Amino acid sequence: MTMEVTRCLLQASDERHELGDYEQGVPRWCNGCGDNGILTTMQRLCRDNDLAPERTVFVSGIGCSSRLPHYMHTYGFHGTHGRALPIAEGVKMARPDLTVFVSTGDGDCLSIGAAHWIHALRYNMDLTVLLHDNRIYGLTKKQASPTSPLGTKSNTTPQGSYLEALNPLTVTLGVANVSFVAQAVDWIPELLYDILTAAYRHRGLSFVRIVQRCPEFMPGFFDPWMQDPRRTLILRHASGLTLSPAIAKTYTNQLEHDPSDIHRAREIASDEEPIPVGILYRDDDVPCYEDVRHAGAVRTAEQVRRGLAAELDRFTIWPDGAER
Amino acid sequence: MKEAVTLGEHIVEIVSDSGEGAQRCGQSLGAIAAKSGNGVWTVEIIPAEIQPPARSIAGASGNRVRLGARRVTNGGDQADLVVAFNEQVLLGRVQAEELRPGATILLEGRWRNDRDPLVASAYAETYDELVGLGYRVLEIPMERECLKLVPDPRRGKNMFVLGMLCGIYSLDLELAREQVAITFGKKDAKVIATNVKLLEAGFAWAEENLDFKYRIPAVRATEPQVVMNGNTALALGILASGMEICAMYPITPATSASHYLSEVFERVGGIVHQAEDEIAACAFAIGASYAGKVAVTITSGPGYSLKQEGIGLAAMAEIPLVVVDVQRGGPSTGLPTKAEQGDLLAVLFGTHGDAPKVVYAVSGIEDCFYAMITARKIAETFNMVVVVLSDASLATAQQPFPRPVFSEDWLAAPVDQTPVPPGARPYDWDASTGLVRRFIPGQPGGMHTVTGLAHDRESHVAYDPQSNEDGLRHRSLKLAALQKTLRCPPVFGAAEGDLLVVGWGSSKGAIEEAVEGLRAEGHRVSALHLGFIQPMPSGIGDILRRFGKVMTVESSWADRPAEDPIVDADNRRYSALAMLLRSRYLVDVDCWTEARGRPITPGSVRSAILGALAREAVPA
Ligand SMILES: Cc1ncc(C[n+]2csc(CCOP(=O)(O)OP(=O)(O)O)c2C)c(N)n1
Ligand code: SF4
Ligand SMILES: [Mg+2]
Repeated sequence: MTMEVTRCLLQASDERHELGDYEQGVPRWCNGCGDNGILTTMQRLCRDNDLAPERTVFVSGIGCSSRLPHYMHTYGFHGTHGRALPIAEGVKMARPDLTVFVSTGDGDCLSIGAAHWIHALRYNMDLTVLLHDNRIYGLTKKQASPTSPLGTKSNTTPQGSYLEALNPLTVTLGVANVSFVAQAVDWIPELLYDILTAAYRHRGLSFVRIVQRCPEFMPGFFDPWMQDPRRTLILRHASGLTLSPAIAKTYTNQLEHDPSDIHRAREIASDEEPIPVGILYRDDDVPCYEDVRHAGAVRTAEQVRRGLAAELDRFTIWPDGAER
Repeated sequence: MKEAVTLGEHIVEIVSDSGEGAQRCGQSLGAIAAKSGNGVWTVEIIPAEIQPPARSIAGASGNRVRLGARRVTNGGDQADLVVAFNEQVLLGRVQAEELRPGATILLEGRWRNDRDPLVASAYAETYDELVGLGYRVLEIPMERECLKLVPDPRRGKNMFVLGMLCGIYSLDLELAREQVAITFGKKDAKVIATNVKLLEAGFAWAEENLDFKYRIPAVRATEPQVVMNGNTALALGILASGMEICAMYPITPATSASHYLSEVFERVGGIVHQAEDEIAACAFAIGASYAGKVAVTITSGPGYSLKQEGIGLAAMAEIPLVVVDVQRGGPSTGLPTKAEQGDLLAVLFGTHGDAPKVVYAVSGIEDCFYAMITARKIAETFNMVVVVLSDASLATAQQPFPRPVFSEDWLAAPVDQTPVPPGARPYDWDASTGLVRRFIPGQPGGMHTVTGLAHDRESHVAYDPQSNEDGLRHRSLKLAALQKTLRCPPVFGAAEGDLLVVGWGSSKGAIEEAVEGLRAEGHRVSALHLGFIQPMPSGIGDILRRFGKVMTVESSWADRPAEDPIVDADNRRYSALAMLLRSRYLVDVDCWTEARGRPITPGSVRSAILGALAREAVPA
């Protein structure tokens, strides 16, 4: 997501924010929960971009991850399960001047809210969407989610889950008007920050799947990836992620990938091993629905009066000699 | 020249296969009569399917037009005159008992000599049957006459018929010509000229060939009037209310309101968003309301059911929202195109938990317009969900009403972006009214997260018993606070008597017409019609107690103890309003209902009232 240059400048000169300006309350997530790192990354992102807290809205659905807005000292909307996206769309349509982030879980977005996910991509409104994908239902205490790997033992699948996991990236990359798709993992904070920053700067719907640890219900599940850097495939490109020396040294499994290449992006998204991390796809030219619909246009009482009068004229029976 | 017989009122129907223009003919007739100063109510006759087979009983499409010397408030009972383009659609109306015994029928006669022998014999058979039933059937060579003027008579017949009807009802031909020009306003002059010729031909044909002619005395209005249907009035009301965003998902019979709004809203800076489903439409409207001015979502029963969770969220987080439910027959997919008042309890109590919301039912076309302005204001003042109930019969019915005069007070104030005073909390409920000032994104110092979870005054999630009851209490108090400002609706008729009929919604005109008639005959019956159903204005209990009996009239299902012996006092299911009145006022309220998918008629109310008056005690 971007904003007008003038406002950027204004904010840069007017306001300098500290991390503390974005902090609110004490997160209640479990120790080691990946949501903690996502939260602090978002707070850093807000500070580094000097987002005015009163002009920033975090919208979420229901789930552990959807608690995130409560810990941001900005405006927030903790909605109903699955409906974060349509709520956020309404916010953005009414107020395109606001910066809107969405936090949603794998159940929230890919199961109960699946219809909204597909259509949000099509609307391509200027929203930054964080899919906190822990591959399980956390809040309701361990049921299989659409991204739980086949065979996942959970409270509703004690013998192991029956179905192949859904791949949120390939589905997302198949929807008309998709304009930004990336993948991050919560345990590489530097890249998480860079990817979310790129997502925030993109104008249009930025969809970031964040592979998120849930030590409570998927203990140790991501350890093999955390322990072996070669099981992560870093996507780099001059117009995508550029890597710091430290990252480049640790994560040697790298791939030069041009984010404008959607076919290659789809191929990369289909390979889940090693986990691709970086920007898979970006197209800056997809129109935003709020622009197409002229959201935020100034409206006057005079306009309404004239519009109403013109319409009433179509239905009016004038008595002879009446004033028109 | 034949003498025109003067009538107080008359009901005429024009029916055809769909696509033959009977609806346009009926609407034009209504407009011409209204311009002449007649009272008018038009009702659309809609086939249940988009493309019913031609010449089918279920395919009748058209309009009923009730013309009166006085203001007309409903579609009336049975038709006095019917113009039918074929005998099968006519048969549909006869079987539905929509024709008065002995009614006059003007029937297209070309089918008698149709090349298809099956068609010809079906026609002849039906003709004989109708004559046998005592109808006065006149065969009219509509297509043959039109052929003299146009190559394809199927496309011009409706204006020929319009001309005939103008002749029959002694309407001014010049007014009719003007109306044709308006009707075809978007087409070129040639089209208008052709249709005017057809109109004139029909007028002349009726003058020369029919042995009857009517005149309904008219009083020309001195103030400008508008003629439109209920859904158009709803849409214009939304435009006039200052709401700027409408999120919807298509559903009959609500969609036409959104269609019309889509056509006009952008011109005044408004947006109609067609969402992916009703859940999204509701959530979108809530998001828009939360961040700016009150938004609206329009739907019908099945869509309303899907919105229920969102409505609970708006109630809990105290986000203003206007929801329009244009009711149709239910449950489930029910009767998509037909009227019923079956959603009241779902709207009042439908979402889980205690979610107080305001419910207002419109009772006429003009009401559809002003209700939207009131709904927006209440939603905003009280940070509440306001549900406006209409139904399929009001959706398409047309009636003239005084042209609204715009006032800037109708509009919402600009979105508040001023800093929030230090120390103010997002839910600083007023102790006596529950009211609270909402903080809107963009207001410095107001940052907080709204939530559907139980919360304290800071909007922090709070599960403790005090916080929970604190929230419930203040959200509930708002209804009491609103209730104190509402005026009790007037009693129609005397303030006391043997029977009070209570109704809500679209049945108002029919109920009052029946009551007026019976009062003229000396019956001690009055009527009370509710607009606000939640909260109910003060004073209703006192009114109920001044009558020997109270009975609601509603278009929905309720048990019928007299017909079903298994129903008794212990298990009888009352209609929605009767149940509400019984529980609130501890008055023995009876109910009469029908769920026939059509508007309640004065005739059926009349017999219901006579039945209730005759019954000794209210059967329980
Ligand atoms: C309509 C509805 N259905 C079910 C629930 C119960 N529920 C709450 S969160 C949740 C799933 C959460 O999983 P996910 O979206 O993956 O979020 P996580 O807790 O893992 O972050 C469910 C089923 C609900 N709150 N509302
Ligand atoms: S249950 Fe899992 S997702 Fe939820 S807070 Fe604990 S670790 Fe995080
Ligand atoms: Mg999850």
